Amino acid sequence: MEDRYLTVTALTKYIKQKISRDSHLKEVWLRGELSNFKHHSRGHMYFSVKDDRARIQTVMFAGSNKNLTFTPENGMSVLIRGEVNVYEPMGQYQLYAKEMIPDGVGDLHIAFEQLKEKLTKAGIFSPEHKKNLPSMPVHIGVITSPTGAAIRDIMTTIERRFPVVKVSVLPVTVQGKQAAASVSKAIAYANDRLDCDVLIVGRGGGSIEDLWGFNEEEVAMAVFRSEIPVISAVGHETDTTIIDFVSDYRAPTPTGAAEIAVPEWRELNQRLVEKTRRLQYSLNQKLENARTRLSTMEKSYAFKYPKQLTIQKEQDLDRLMDRFHSSGDRLFKEKRDELSRIRSRLSQVRPDKQVEREEAKRRQLDERLKKQMQHIVKDKKNHWQSTIQQLTLLNPLEIMNRGYALPFNDKNELLRSVKDVTNGDTISVQVKDGFIYSEVTGWEDEEHE
Amino acid sequence: MSEKNELSFEENMNKLEEIVEKLESGDVPLEKAIQYYHEGMKLSKICSDKLTNVESQMKQILNEHGEFESFDVQEDE
Repeated sequence: MEDRYLTVTALTKYIKQKISRDSHLKEVWLRGELSNFKHHSRGHMYFSVKDDRARIQTVMFAGSNKNLTFTPENGMSVLIRGEVNVYEPMGQYQLYAKEMIPDGVGDLHIAFEQLKEKLTKAGIFSPEHKKNLPSMPVHIGVITSPTGAAIRDIMTTIERRFPVVKVSVLPVTVQGKQAAASVSKAIAYANDRLDCDVLIVGRGGGSIEDLWGFNEEEVAMAVFRSEIPVISAVGHETDTTIIDFVSDYRAPTPTGAAEIAVPEWRELNQRLVEKTRRLQYSLNQKLENARTRLSTMEKSYAFKYPKQLTIQKEQDLDRLMDRFHSSGDRLFKEKRDELSRIRSRLSQVRPDKQVEREEAKRRQLDERLKKQMQHIVKDKKNHWQSTIQQLTLLNPLEIMNRGYALPFNDKNELLRSVKDVTNGDTISVQVKDGFIYSEVTGWEDEEHE
Repeated sequence: MSEKNELSFEENMNKLEEIVEKLESGDVPLEKAIQYYHEGMKLSKICSDKLTNVESQMKQILNEHGEFESFDVQEDE
């Protein structure tokens, strides 16, 4: 038998392929009403989207639905972007939603995104334009509706936290076509005319249409131009408007704005009390320390019994004086003894005795010197006499006395030999009482005889 | 408005804080410490006065004639 039967799986796969290949079903933009909405505990959302005559099962996974700006409810009209595909186990085609917004705001949503992108590109939202809020404002400008919950929340919060601040309310239209112009004008007015140091701009919660004035470029630019720091507070925490991006501080609610704008009086008071207490404590501590030191010194022995100090010293003085005297006496005696000792020693070595001794020695030496001298003189005299005698004996003149004569030639040379003369020489002959001059007339050589 | 003070509350508080820290640092001579203390207590009083005289502040609203008039929060509505 021919097997013309398919398995369910095969058929389903075939259908799934068909659908997957259809580019129209890849990106579907769908308008419809929510029903059977179920937010599964694991985060995924399951619901139907229907209109009068049809419905489609839809799933929105947690990864996609975490960006939702609203809470989906049954009966809500929505705009969905997504993809159609087949869920094989159930044999069911269904829509996989990627984005979803409430219907009716679709155009506004696009306008919002476009303006946000434009202003981002223009640098209007840059952090460097953000101004700091004053820590203790003196004058707050509140730009909102003069009636309603927002102004009440702001005023009561300021009153409760920090009643010292001055508040000027600039009533504006916060809803409808005039809202943007009204708010912008008030911001400009506050900058021109008021000495506010912070502005709160906002309104209470409402639909996106209600809040729309705060999404207008006119308001964004007014806030951007404001010299005064602006706190924006539009709707509830989940509502994000353009003014929140451009303001210097975004508050989740009007009450939040007031809390951000002013410090809490009680907190300040507490800080003051704490500082004052520390001031007093530290001074007391200082004084206490000083007092303790002083009393410690006052209690000291010396202060308590000053007399004791002098008594002690008196006694010390007496002892010292005694010691001084006794030691003085002893010293005196010692010195006296030493003196007499030295005296006796001195007397033993009297210089006059030595002088005597030296004198005696001197005299003795003197005597010996004299004797020696006489002796020497006598000796010398004897020697002299004998020498004189000898001399006398040797004196040639003595010999001449005995008749000897000395012949000299004319050159006064003594003639010792006959050979010293020739005939005719004139010679002088010395005798004991003078000279005889004569002429050689002849000579005789005795040795040749 | 209260009379103008040279310094803001915050500045006074900061000065007070400085004085407290100086005193707490411990190496201040006693005469100086007493002087600091008096100064600190004066600042404390100024701050305290600023915090105590809180009731008289004006809450005003701009009316349709462009003038400010006093404003009270309507408790109902």
